[in-house]
Amino acid sequence: MKILEFEKPIEELYVKIEELKRLSTDSEIDMADEISKIEKRASQMKKEIFSNLSPTQVIQISRHPNRPSTLGLARLIMDDFVELHGDRVFGDDPSIVGGPAVMDGRRVMVIGHQKGMDTKDNIYRNFGMPNPEGYRKALRLMQMAETFEMPIITFVDTPGAYPGLGAEERGQAEAIARNLREMANLTVPVISYIVGEGGSGGALGIAVANRVYMLQYAVYSVISPEGCASILYRDAKHAEIAAKNMRITAPDVLNLGLADGIIPEPVGGAHQDWPLTAQEIKSSIASSLKKYDGMSKDAIKNERYDKFRSFGKFNVGSR
Amino acid sequence: MSIIDWFDRRQKSGSKREKLNIPGDLWVKCFHCSEILYLKDLEANLKVCPKCNYHFRITPEERVRYLLDEDSFKEVSADMGPIDFLEFVDSKPYAARIKEAQSKTKHKDAVVIGTAMIDALPANVGIMNFGYMGGSMGSVVGEKVTLLIEAGIANKHPVLLFTSSGGARMQEGLMSLMQMAKTSAALARLRDAKVPFFSILCDPTTGGTTASFAMLGDVNIAEPGALIGFAGPRVVEQTIRQKLPKGFQRAEFLLAHGMVDIVVSRLELKSTLARLMRVLTLTSGRKGKK
Repeated sequence: MKILEFEKPIEELYVKIEELKRLSTDSEIDMADEISKIEKRASQMKKEIFSNLSPTQVIQISRHPNRPSTLGLARLIMDDFVELHGDRVFGDDPSIVGGPAVMDGRRVMVIGHQKGMDTKDNIYRNFGMPNPEGYRKALRLMQMAETFEMPIITFVDTPGAYPGLGAEERGQAEAIARNLREMANLTVPVISYIVGEGGSGGALGIAVANRVYMLQYAVYSVISPEGCASILYRDAKHAEIAAKNMRITAPDVLNLGLADGIIPEPVGGAHQDWPLTAQEIKSSIASSLKKYDGMSKDAIKNERYDKFRSFGKFNVGSR
Repeated sequence: MSIIDWFDRRQKSGSKREKLNIPGDLWVKCFHCSEILYLKDLEANLKVCPKCNYHFRITPEERVRYLLDEDSFKEVSADMGPIDFLEFVDSKPYAARIKEAQSKTKHKDAVVIGTAMIDALPANVGIMNFGYMGGSMGSVVGEKVTLLIEAGIANKHPVLLFTSSGGARMQEGLMSLMQMAKTSAALARLRDAKVPFFSILCDPTTGGTTASFAMLGDVNIAEPGALIGFAGPRVVEQTIRQKLPKGFQRAEFLLAHGMVDIVVSRLELKSTLARLMRVLTLTSGRKGKK
């Protein structure tokens, strides 16, 4: 597994622990005391480091190659998940996946971005950057969910919609815009989880939800810090400042009132323990969906509308 | 993302927009064909180059003058202004950028909205202002576009929006992204109310503006040569590492790819809009409801 720069001191301690353990079994010298001391120090250090992460470090965790993926979460959380393909217009986009599933006896539609697990897979998944087909497939599945009255669960993890030639030709902007409008009209509850990177319109295109939750080390932003820095500061090296300024971490987004809650991650990040992360998300889905049992279709739709209608900070002025 | 291109252009503009060495402001040079034009002639031609049909970018005031019935535009919410709630600082503080843009454009933010008549037909009209921070969409633009749409739902008159914008306003962070969802959701309600929405895409319209209300017109109309896209051309070029085809992301390219309904010269725009408004509202009149 990829070790992030700031994780290295912790990793070094764990390597030392392993060495001592091996030494103690080989030489029959009792080092239990020593080992438990170092183990204590390691977990202490882990806690310290992870409670003081800079936005840049959080971004690194959110982009970790072993971050839980939509397909992984669907299998861990759901029963009977069946992946469905294609937008019925042009093709199938592997960077957005989805399909119906059952959770605790309740039918749901699962939709989310899918990044690759290795280089080959990443090329196949286009690094989680959807083309218009991805958004159109997502909308098709959402409207299927509407027909069969299934709540929609979306998992967001994308650097952004793909800025390619074909994407422009086939209407990337139109595909996202249409999703934003049509999601506003859904009468089934939509619950979105920002799992990793919430990259701009590419994220929002499947996240017009009644409830939006962020994983503890996820980020959600209008533009990547690198992109922001290269435009506003004329230098991508200022990404660190941009990351801080844009307030993109889960607590920041919660403070802005744009997220409804934070899903705690295991110490060391979600990539260390998928099942535990899945457990947390599952209990959040269960408690969120309970709220909508017995709520009328109009009330569900209006709740989502009113939520987004209220977003914005401005001076009304004198008139 | 695509606001990049605006900066690009702005950096280049020093040489491009060179003023002619003639005293006074009587003559201008066409940015496209370099023809020397008498300003009064150019204005009489709605700032369309008579030689090459290049459509100059125009201010909201000029658009009001060129396309709406005389003295019919009644602006609303003119005093709504932005707040620097993130205390955002890049090479300049956002607060300073706001001040600068306000004193340059004499507007509080990057869109004006109101009611007007077009060929004696009532309409709700919004005009984005590229001169104000690249027409970027922050909370004020999102709110005013939503108010414009809500006015259409209330008074049942068509909604017309002239777009020109580099996309979301980064200085308002995620809040500006949410304006895309807010305005698009309002358009869902406008459709339920059976009120037509005309999106008139002007040069340039990119990023979050395109990926929300600009592409959602019942009729999408583009001015000739307008740059319209999701990502800016420079970003696309860097992504695919190839030279872009000629005319990429121009209005005519979008027409060919089925993304806009018509490309209309500014000289024909008013009559085209009036005809479409008449036809679309006539249909609903036949059903016996106003």
